[in-house]
Amino acid sequence: MSAPYQAAATGKTACPNCGLLGSPATEPACLRCGTPLHLRKPNSIQRSWALLIAAFVLYLPANLLPIMETRSLFGPQQDTIMSGVAYMWSSGSWVLASVVFIASILVPLLKMLSLTVLLVSVQRRSNRQPLQRTKLYRFLELIGRWSMLDVYVVTIVVALVQFQSLATIRPGAGVIAFAAVVVLSMLATQAFEPRLIWDAVDNPAPKEITS
Amino acid sequence: MPNEPALPVNKDVALTACHECDLLVRETDRPDASHYSALCPRCGALLYRHSRHSLEHTLALACACLVLLVVANTFPVVGLNIQGQRIDTTVIGAALQLWREDMLAVAILVLVTTTLTPLLEMAAVIWLVLPLMLGRRPPAFARVFRVLQAAHPWAMVEVFLLGILVALVKLSHLAEVLPGPAMLCFGALMLLLTAVSALIEPRDLWRAWEEARE
Repeated sequence: MSAPYQAAATGKTACPNCGLLGSPATEPACLRCGTPLHLRKPNSIQRSWALLIAAFVLYLPANLLPIMETRSLFGPQQDTIMSGVAYMWSSGSWVLASVVFIASILVPLLKMLSLTVLLVSVQRRSNRQPLQRTKLYRFLELIGRWSMLDVYVVTIVVALVQFQSLATIRPGAGVIAFAAVVVLSMLATQAFEPRLIWDAVDNPAPKEITS
Repeated sequence: MPNEPALPVNKDVALTACHECDLLVRETDRPDASHYSALCPRCGALLYRHSRHSLEHTLALACACLVLLVVANTFPVVGLNIQGQRIDTTVIGAALQLWREDMLAVAILVLVTTTLTPLLEMAAVIWLVLPLMLGRRPPAFARVFRVLQAAHPWAMVEVFLLGILVALVKLSHLAEVLPGPAMLCFGALMLLLTAVSALIEPRDLWRAWEEARE
């Protein structure tokens, strides 16, 4: 494939809202729906990096701080995500333990690492495996939301276990960090521009499409 | 700026560009087919799709979703029974409990992703589709459509449902768990929301908009 098939090479882009082709150079906004037009999302690499690094930083407290604090007749107990998984595994709920492990620990980590790989490959203008990288990006968009699982579990458990005399469960600070990781990594994925993957293939010469 | 257009851009030929790899693609219409979809020949992204009665179906499903949302938020999702002491909670109740525990941000996130976003999405769908079916252009069409598309990734009813199930199994060691009516509603809501988002097609909506009266 060479340049003639690329919309940006003709100065055109599809409106992200309604799909109509427009030329950002002459029409700053889509003629049909008024959405601002850009050949590529502005500053997508910087925005994506910033959000991704924030998510990486918060991944540590999300996993180290407790997400639930139980006070019961048997004394206080603090649970992190991993200790919750370990407890479920040892009490025989292997399926559940696997689901929570995949959704809460594996998915966020793999998602952030994959996005790092995508960002580095785009910055190095790599032209290897563009199709695989596009599919990886699509997969990231699909799975990111499932990390919210643990936030919902904590919400339900905290709302239910409020038996003053027997046991109460309070949310731990880890929940805030964890929720922030999910939201930030979703925003980082949205900020990424998949068309940059193909720019290195369509224009082998180092010429960057901006605006 | 790139050089001159490499492809003759003909006004009669409807062109579109792939959102994911920027390939220029010729749009094709198939008036005989009741539904079809077009994938990008290079990267496989969905370019557009069409189904003949999509407006009617979308409107019907969106109304059903609104009803389910009301029920899902007024009835308890799950309950616990410890020695005759019974506690149950609605989604709003659970969010309020988080707020009391100084977790306002998480409470808002839970409320937004399970209830407010689906509500906003369905209200937007009805706002867009109902006037179009009557042959009129809805006011602020483009802006509402943008809101609809931006809101979509933040509706996480299916994840919430799995979260309820995990919480139920976790708590079943502790006490008797009682699944509430709202849980069924969230199950149904998950299926219907998926159906609505599969039916909403920018190209069909904008065509209906072009055909409608000002």
